[in-house]
Amino acid sequence: MATIRIPTPLRSYTGSQAEVSVTGDTVGAALNDLTRQHPALRQHLYADSGELRAFVNVFLNEEDVRHIRGADTPVKKQDRLMIVPSIAGGR
Amino acid sequence: MLTIASGVLRAIQAHGEAAYPNEGVGLLLGRTQANGKTTTDILPLANGWEVGEQSHRYQVSGGEMLAAELEAARRGLDVLGIFHSHPDHPAEPSRFDYEWATWPGYSYVITTIEQGRATTTRSWQLRDDRSAFDEEVVALPA
Repeated sequence: MATIRIPTPLRSYTGSQAEVSVTGDTVGAALNDLTRQHPALRQHLYADSGELRAFVNVFLNEEDVRHIRGADTPVKKQDRLMIVPSIAGGR
Repeated sequence: MLTIASGVLRAIQAHGEAAYPNEGVGLLLGRTQANGKTTTDILPLANGWEVGEQSHRYQVSGGEMLAAELEAARRGLDVLGIFHSHPDHPAEPSRFDYEWATWPGYSYVITTIEQGRATTTRSWQLRDDRSAFDEEVVALPA
């Protein structure tokens, strides 16, 4: 199974797991399996529209999946996904 | 509760002073324990917002954040939160800070820089239901 690295602030929703093993042949299926295993994560990754929140980036072996095939990007058993935020703000 | 190790608060404030009149930004690195978080180091980041608007905005791309996450892991530390400065403005989350808030669990540390000098640093956390920020207690051991 592929693994997804969980950012520190979201580990309170994964029972403190830093990495979660997931099933699924695509990035979208892998993320679905993650939120199936840990449903409380869903609102922090997905907007009400069902799309990933704008600040959520997913990297497959350190490459942004938006530059591959997005949610349809194929995932193999040995792959490692990382969820990383973009950040912005200001007064 | 967020514990900021000795010297780290000064480093956060110095970063904001150096960035003035623009906003400065970086990450809080450290460890999470059962009773809270302790930040022992910072990782300054470049403000990626367009030049000319950086006095009231900051931005760091996903690619830059990936590099920062990998650097934190290399140091054996967790990313505990994000610090940024508010030039001549209160150390409270703005509407824009709220609109771009990421995840509960991160500490959002904001420092007021008044006329180039850091005056106030406060920490905030997004509520679990994402409805607002609440202030977080900061401990500063001697």
